[in-house]
Amino acid sequence: MSPPVKLLGTFSSGFSRRAEAALRLKGVPYELIQEDLSNKSELLLMHNPIHKKVPVLLHGDRAVCESLVIVEYIDEAFDGPPLLPIDPFDRATARFWARFIDDKCSTSFWLSLWTEGEVQKGFVKEFKQNLALLETQIKGKRFFGGDTVGYLDIAASGIAHWLPVFEEVASVRLVTDAEYPDLCRWAKEYTSHETIKESLPEREKLLAIFTAKKDFFMSTVKSMVPK
Amino acid sequence: MAAEKKGLQLLDFWVSPFGQRCRIAMAEKGLAYEYLEQDLGNKSELLLRSNPVHKKIPVLLHDGRPVCESLIILQYLDEAFPSTPALLPAGDPYARAQARFWADYVDKKVYDCGSRLWKLKGEPQAEARKEMVEILKTLEGALGEKPYFGGDTFGFVDVAFVPFTAWFLSYERYGEFSVAEVAPKLAAWAKRCGERESVAKNLHPPEKVYEFIGVLKKKYGVE
Repeated sequence: MSPPVKLLGTFSSGFSRRAEAALRLKGVPYELIQEDLSNKSELLLMHNPIHKKVPVLLHGDRAVCESLVIVEYIDEAFDGPPLLPIDPFDRATARFWARFIDDKCSTSFWLSLWTEGEVQKGFVKEFKQNLALLETQIKGKRFFGGDTVGYLDIAASGIAHWLPVFEEVASVRLVTDAEYPDLCRWAKEYTSHETIKESLPEREKLLAIFTAKKDFFMSTVKSMVPK
Repeated sequence: MAAEKKGLQLLDFWVSPFGQRCRIAMAEKGLAYEYLEQDLGNKSELLLRSNPVHKKIPVLLHDGRPVCESLIILQYLDEAFPSTPALLPAGDPYARAQARFWADYVDKKVYDCGSRLWKLKGEPQAEARKEMVEILKTLEGALGEKPYFGGDTFGFVDVAFVPFTAWFLSYERYGEFSVAEVAPKLAAWAKRCGERESVAKNLHPPEKVYEFIGVLKKKYGVE
């Protein structure tokens, strides 16, 4: 019998929710341990001493860190529908776009939200270009994974569910049906998927949390904007 | 349209540690490939077509189909050529997860910090030096008493990190520290890896890397 699974995570973290989505899709029961990131637990610091971040998956005496690493671990360690495609080239493609989302889209999106004026215009242009590239991957497909939700859908979940909330908090509208019809269609499919929607935090609660943190978010970009 | 070129090709740049990961991996796996040196100042049609998103090397072409991002290429090589020696330990999801974590750590930390070491001066350079020592000690901790990061076998994290050993001399000179002093087990690991044919044949001498950085510094107007 498989040892118990615990997940160190938070309510609002998209990264933490990626791990939850993967566990639910595989039908793996788990205990969620809510972390207070302003007062990190001994458990978190012990199992992720390098980055001190959530999520951390605890599977018996194993600790796995980094959300995408966790999703691949869940795919490999548990039975159930595969999260990554079977074909090596398709797997490489999925991994490539997941990295693209984390390395490029997230950063340009974040900077688009909280900067102003000419600087903001530059980041908005960059983000929109990034999104246009991502949209090519969902054209004509129900999910990034094809007919079923998979690794890349989970990696892109921030775009489906968190992005619109951030847009509202920042009073910025970047992703419209007109400009990104396929991505927007996918977002609706993804967030209403019967298993995925269980892994998503309620929108109104997210909105309240992020609205309260708006000043903090704005302060984070100061060190990120190149001089 | 011409038929897609069969077999493996690598679009690469001679000194790139990311490209070297792929060269070493294919050597370890006994895979033949065509090496195509790229002019990064004047990027080829082939490179721009194969990696339109990032326009970067390395790019692996397999029967004409591009795979980009070095760590993704390494995993692709494992999965597309399953009868070759595996980089990620087969059938051990936890070991695989740990390997992915540490390779990701190398990616997030080493090159960027190293660049700051040779690009910056004064206080920011001192910060970069402190950080690099921290990074090397952390990696040494992950290595532990094992001969390789992969345990008894030269594996994914070894391939991911070994190209940076050719940069140690440069880090030491710019950072004014000694890898052998701050991370002796890591220095021993570097030497051990250097004795492997795949590594010896695919890394450039540290002095050449140091020379290359000198050229870069002039180019960027850093003195």
